[in-house]
Amino acid sequence: MSDTHLVDAAGPSSTDEFVKGLWRENPVFVQALGMCPVLAVSNTALNALAMGLATLFVLVMSNTVVSLLRRFIPKQVRIATYILVIATFVTIVDYAIQAISLEMYRALGAFISLIVVNCLILGRAESFASKNGVGRSILDGLGMGIGFTVALLALGAVREIFGAGSLFGVQLFHDAFQPWVMMILPSGGFFTLAGWLLLFNWLRARAETLNSAKLADALEATS
Amino acid sequence: MTQEPLWSVFVGASLINNFVLAYFLGICPFLGVSGKLETASRMGGAVTFVMLVSSTCAYGINVLLIAIDAPYLRLISFIAVIASTVQLVEMFIKKVSPALFRSLGIFLPLITTNCAILGLTLFQTNKGYGFVQCLAYALGAGVGFTLALVLMAGLREKLELASTPDVVRGTALTLVIAGLLSITFMGFAGLGG
Repeated sequence: MSDTHLVDAAGPSSTDEFVKGLWRENPVFVQALGMCPVLAVSNTALNALAMGLATLFVLVMSNTVVSLLRRFIPKQVRIATYILVIATFVTIVDYAIQAISLEMYRALGAFISLIVVNCLILGRAESFASKNGVGRSILDGLGMGIGFTVALLALGAVREIFGAGSLFGVQLFHDAFQPWVMMILPSGGFFTLAGWLLLFNWLRARAETLNSAKLADALEATS
Repeated sequence: MTQEPLWSVFVGASLINNFVLAYFLGICPFLGVSGKLETASRMGGAVTFVMLVSSTCAYGINVLLIAIDAPYLRLISFIAVIASTVQLVEMFIKKVSPALFRSLGIFLPLITTNCAILGLTLFQTNKGYGFVQCLAYALGAGVGFTLALVLMAGLREKLELASTPDVVRGTALTLVIAGLLSITFMGFAGLGG
């Protein structure tokens, strides 16, 4: 821990590239990227976790390859090249999940293939991996991917707890609990995400008010 | 090949299983371009066109890929077709209507990463639709996307005038409206059986 602290003090560090995706630039809650899978497969916590991990893998691998090839890709065809790189890794993940668990493959359906068009991955390739070295790009991919997974889990857990009364398939409540079916349906996804965004907006607004109150106090003390 | 009637394919894609509100496909442009009614309807038109062209090409490619026994190339070739179609539409709009080109802005090239289009080509392959059914499915999906986008834009134009607390302004409010619209569309579930 003390090591990372020292590096941190030296300016924008590799630790920072990793940490920013977790909270300050969280892809879902702050940047609102890659919303489609976030809403579609977060009806249970397990689906959300699997989707998050699949995206994490594709993101790290595509960041690595794009960063390695960044000097060889002509500027005009860069987007097409990135998409082909991403599509290759998504095909790998698609077949891997099919081999590991057919049940999971059916639950996620077309959304594994749709990782190709997740704007988060293309966005990181364009705005980060094409301008930075391999090490930093991998860290950035890891951070963003984990931030994405955490956000998916946050949604999936809430929806599963209310919609089915369970978490990761384990029943939480007594039999008398009436599941709130709407939370599993599409509209529940919209409402849950809206709820999380409201919470974050409120926290940010409160922090800003506190800061400005402190500033006002400090100004009063000096004058 | 399924024998689903064309009417039911169309209504299924546009209303019952609306791509935006039931399948969560194309959320990014849905949240991004739904600020103004005018832009929203034109965006819907562009997406519908790209859907029709991509769906036709994807049908042909799928037949070819099955013939040469290489289904693992499906995803890559679909996305390549979509990217080139979008490029074509972009050049066409730039030539015909520069004003529309400017108003769509960054969202025009981003149609490539609109998951509704890739989703459409994948779903039609999975469902094993015939050629005419594919066209009806693509048209239905496009109409459904446009409908959702236009409804949303209308609501958001009204909301500009309403007084809402600062905390809910922006994406959170849009998502709540989207949730309500999604509940409304569930009412279509009985249509067509």
